[in-house]
Amino acid sequence: MEFETIIGLEVHAQLLTDTKIFCNCSTKFGGSPNSHTCPLCLGMPGVLPVLNKKVVEYAMKMSLATNSNINKSCSFARKNYFYPDLPKGYQISQYAYPLSEHGYILLDVEGEQKKIGITRIHMEEDAGKLVHDEHNPSSYVDLNRAGVPLIEIVSEPDMRSPAEAADYLKRLHEILVYLEICDGNMEEGSFRCDANVSIRPLGQKEFGTRTELKNMNSFRNVQRALEYEVKRQQYLVENGGTVVQETRLWDDAQGVTNSMRSKEEAHDYRYFPDPDLVPVIVDDAWIEKIRKELPELPLARRQRFVSDYQIPAYDASVLTADKALADYFEEVVKLCSKPKAASNWVMGDVLRFLNEEKRDIRNCPITAQALAEMISLIEDGTISGKMAKDIIDEMYKTGKSPRVIIAEKGMVQITDESALAKTIQTIMDANPNQLKDYRSGKEKLFGFFVGQVMKATQGKANPQKVNELLKKMLVG
Amino acid sequence: MKISSSEVEYVAHLARLEISEQEKEKFTFQLNDILLYIGKLNELNTQGVEPMSHAIAVTNAFREDRVADSIGTEKSLANAPDARGEFFRVPKVID
Amino acid sequence: MELNQLTIHELQEKLKNGETSAVKVAESVFNRINAVEERVHSYIRLMKEEAMSAAEQSDKDLQSGKAGPLSGIPVALKDIVCTKGITTTCGSHILHNFIPPYDATVVEKLASAGAVFVGKANMDEFAMGSSTETSYFGPTRNPWDLTRIPGGSSGGSAAAVAADECIASIGSDTGGSIRQPAALCGVVGLKPTYGRVSRFGLIAFASSLDQIGPFTKDVEDCAIMMNVLAGYDPLESTSVKAEVPDYRQYVGRDVQGWKIGIPKEYFIEGIDPEVSAAVKDAIAVIEKNGGQCVDISLPHTEYCLAVYYIIAPAEASSNLARYDGVKYGLRTSEARDLLEMYKKTRREGFGAEVKRRIVIGTYALSSGYYDAYYKKASQVRALIKHDFEEAFKKCDIILTPTTPTPAFKIGEKTDNPLQMYLSDIFTISTNLAGIPGMSVPCGFTAAGLPIGMQFLAGHFEEGKLIQIASVYEKNAQIEKRRPRL
Repeated sequence: MEFETIIGLEVHAQLLTDTKIFCNCSTKFGGSPNSHTCPLCLGMPGVLPVLNKKVVEYAMKMSLATNSNINKSCSFARKNYFYPDLPKGYQISQYAYPLSEHGYILLDVEGEQKKIGITRIHMEEDAGKLVHDEHNPSSYVDLNRAGVPLIEIVSEPDMRSPAEAADYLKRLHEILVYLEICDGNMEEGSFRCDANVSIRPLGQKEFGTRTELKNMNSFRNVQRALEYEVKRQQYLVENGGTVVQETRLWDDAQGVTNSMRSKEEAHDYRYFPDPDLVPVIVDDAWIEKIRKELPELPLARRQRFVSDYQIPAYDASVLTADKALADYFEEVVKLCSKPKAASNWVMGDVLRFLNEEKRDIRNCPITAQALAEMISLIEDGTISGKMAKDIIDEMYKTGKSPRVIIAEKGMVQITDESALAKTIQTIMDANPNQLKDYRSGKEKLFGFFVGQVMKATQGKANPQKVNELLKKMLVG
Repeated sequence: MKISSSEVEYVAHLARLEISEQEKEKFTFQLNDILLYIGKLNELNTQGVEPMSHAIAVTNAFREDRVADSIGTEKSLANAPDARGEFFRVPKVID
Repeated sequence: MELNQLTIHELQEKLKNGETSAVKVAESVFNRINAVEERVHSYIRLMKEEAMSAAEQSDKDLQSGKAGPLSGIPVALKDIVCTKGITTTCGSHILHNFIPPYDATVVEKLASAGAVFVGKANMDEFAMGSSTETSYFGPTRNPWDLTRIPGGSSGGSAAAVAADECIASIGSDTGGSIRQPAALCGVVGLKPTYGRVSRFGLIAFASSLDQIGPFTKDVEDCAIMMNVLAGYDPLESTSVKAEVPDYRQYVGRDVQGWKIGIPKEYFIEGIDPEVSAAVKDAIAVIEKNGGQCVDISLPHTEYCLAVYYIIAPAEASSNLARYDGVKYGLRTSEARDLLEMYKKTRREGFGAEVKRRIVIGTYALSSGYYDAYYKKASQVRALIKHDFEEAFKKCDIILTPTTPTPAFKIGEKTDNPLQMYLSDIFTISTNLAGIPGMSVPCGFTAAGLPIGMQFLAGHFEEGKLIQIASVYEKNAQIEKRRPRL
C-alpha cells in the first residue's frame, strides 16, 4: 500500500527583547541560577503581570512576515498545570483569541512554489529550567528563563514529507532571524520545534491518527525523527497494528522515537481568560507602523538577487540564508559593481574560511571594502586571479587590505610590454631546441614558454599580455 | 448536574490536593448542594451574550522593554523551604 | 474620650495643634490592644516596635511641617496585603512563614501618607469566608457580642476599628468582605470601583472581583482614606487611569433631588425584621433630607450568588496553584516524590473551606464543564452588569440592606457552606458589576447588634457614596454606642 505523510509543526521562538514578557527582569542567557528573578517571575503572591509592548510588536512582525491576519483584539489565558519549573502553577498564554491567524509561507518544492498554512501565532511565557541530580533523588529549579517571551507558530498539517517539514522549519527560522526578533539558537533552546505526524493511504481524505514528537534540537534531528516516525507508523499499519495518539520523544543516540505514555497523564489545562491582563487592541495605524519597520524578507531578497545580479538561484539562496551574509555580499557588490565575481568570492573562499573556523560573517577579518577592492584590482589587471588566491589567504589571516599586501610582497603584475618582450626574448634564446620544435608544428610547447615566463617573473606577468606577446614572438 | 465522588477525586488530583475518604464524601455531598443551587443559571437563555471577564473595560496596558534590577538569588531563595546552592530543590522530577 | 476612640479627622486636629502626639496616640491604641485583644483577636500579628518608631517619625514630621494626611494615625492592615520584611500569611498555614520582599502599592501609599501600621489583621483564610472563622490563626470575635462572628472575610480589620484597636483599617472585598463585616461590626466600609485602588501586592483570591478598601469610624474618615488609597498604578494592568477627586469635598454636601433607587429584589422575605425596620427608618431619613425614592428592578439579582460561586472559585483555583511548596511557604515533611510533595503540602497547608472552593473551581473549569459553568456564569455576569447600567439611568444611588441578618453565632454556619454563602447575598452583585459599594451603620437590634445599610453607585462614583452617606450620618442621629468589652 502507498501512504501519504501528513506533518504539522509547532514552533516556539524566544523573542529577543531585553526584558521578560510580564516583568522587568533581564532575558539574558547564562546568568547564575535564579539571579534574573523578581517577585513576579518567582510566582510570589499578590504581584501582577504587565505586558511588555515590544513582545506584541515582535509578534506582529512575525505575523506580517508570514502573511497572517492580525486580530483587532486578542487576549491572554491561563493554562493550568503543576510543574516545578512553572512558578505560578499556570502558564500565561493565548488560547481562544490569539494575536494572528490564517497566514502562510512559500516553499520551493521540486521547482514549484507550495503554500504552507500557518494556523496561528500567539504570545506566551517560557517556563524555568530543571536540573536533575544524578546522585540524589532531587531536581533543582532555576527560574531565570521563567517569563522569557515566546511566540508559538502553529502550522497547518500541510507538509507531505520530512524533507518538506525541514525546509519549512529552515524558512521559518530564516524569517525570524531576518526580523531580528529571535536569535534562532536551537541548542540553547531559543528555537524549538514539536511535530505532529500521521500517515494515510494515498487517496484517503481523512487524516490518520497522529503522534506528537518532541525533543528534537536540530534541523537534522527534526528530519530524522520524522523519517523514523513515518516508517514506524507504516510498519505498524502494514502489520495490522494501529497508531495510538500519544507523545513520543526523539532519542538522538538510538535514532528512534519512544512513547512517553507511561509517564503521561490526561491533560486538562483548564484554560480561562486571565483576569489580571487586559485585551490587546491592534489598530491599522499600529500595523502600518510595524509593517514599515519590516526588513526585506529572505524570499524577496532571493528573487531580487537572481533578477538584479544575474546570479544562479542556488547562489542566491546560499547568500540570503543568513541576513548578515546577504548584507555583506550586497556591500561588496555596491563597492565593486561586479556581482558575479563577488558571488564567486563570497561563496567560495570567504565561506570556506568561515566554515573552517566556524566563524560568523559579522566577525570576518576580510571586510566588504577589502574584498571589493581586491575584485577591482583583478578587473583592472593590477593582479591576476592566481595572485588573488594568495592575497585573499593573507587578507583572512592578517585582516590587511589587498593594496597593503601587494605592496608588502611586491606582487604587482608586470604588464609593461617592453619588459615582458625582453624576458621572452631571453627565454627564446635560452631554449633554441624547444623554439625550433614549436616552429615546426609542436604547438603544445606554447604552454612550456608560458611557464618559463611565469617562472622568470615569479608569477607576476600579466597572463593575457604574455599570451599575446608569445604568439607574436614565437612565430618569429 | 451532579458530581460523583470519583469526579471529586479526579478534580482533587488535578488540583494536587490529597483528600481523605471522609473529606471526599463530605465534599461530594456539599458540592452537590452547591451545584444544585448553581443549576439555577440554566433557567436563563444566554445565547449571544458576550461573556464578561473584566468588570471595567481597560485595554492595552503595556510596559516598556527596560531592564530593572532583579532581586538577586539570595532574596529569591530566602523564603524557599528547601534551597540548595543557587537553586530551589524539589523531589526528583522524572521525565 | 480616649485617644484611640477618636476619628482620623479628630486626631488630625489634635496632632496639628499639638494637643497630643503620635506616640501618645499609638500608646493609647496599644494599651487598648493589651486590654481587649485576647478576647477579640483582631490581629494575626502586631507590629508594636515598627509602630512606635513610625509614630516617633510622625511626630518629627508634624513638628517640621512635613506631615502627610495620615501622619500619626494608627492603621491596621488586613493580612492579605504584602508588607516588605513582615510576615504576610493571608490567614493560611501554607503562608505562615512567608516574608514578602515587597510592599503592596496601598502599603506604600499609606506609609508615605504617614500612617502608623499597628499590625496585620485577622481574616478568613485567603479571604474565603463570611465570618473570619476559617483563619488558620483562630477566629475573630464580634466586639459587640463575643459569642458572635464579626463577619468576613475582613473580620479582623472591622473588629479592630469597632473595638478601637486602631483608628482605621484596610480590608479587601471580593463578594462583600469589607461591607458585610462593616455592617456586622457597626463601622463604615467602602469597596471602591474595580480598578480604582491598586491590587498590586494584594494576595489574589478572585482577581476579577478583588478590590481593596477602608474601614473607618465615620464617613469623613472614609473620604480621607480614599484620598490616600485611590489612583492609577502602572504595576496593575486592570488599574484605571481615571481622575481622582478630593473625596473629602463630598462630605456634608446635600443630596437635594437625588433619586434613590430601591431595588425590589433586595427587600425580600427572609430578611431579619429588625434589619428591615432599620433600613426603612434610614430611607425615611434620606427622604426627609431631599432624596426621592424610586422603585427599581435588578432582575438578575437571584442569579448573583450562583455566578459568584462559579467565577470566584474558578479564579481562586488558579490563583492558589502557586502554593506548591517549592518557592516559599509550607512544604510537607513527608513526601517521597514530587506528586506526594504537592498533594500533602496542599493538604496540610489549606483549610477545608479553601479546599472546597479549589475543588469547585477546578471542576467548573475542567474539560467538558467549562461552557456549562464558567462561560455561562461569565455571560450571566454581563447581564447583571447590564441590570445596574439600566438602573442607574433611573437613579443616582441604590440603597439596600448590607446583610440579611445581624451577626450570627460562631460555629452556626460552618457546616453548611451554602447557608454561609447566603449571608453575602446583597453584596456580591457589586463585585460582579465592578461598581462601588459602601456600608454605613444604621442602628442596632434590640440585642444590641449593629445593623448596616448599603449604598451603591455607578463606576467611579465613590464621591456620591460619601456624599449621601455623610448626609445620612449627620441627620440620622444614631445613638453613639461603643461595644462593652
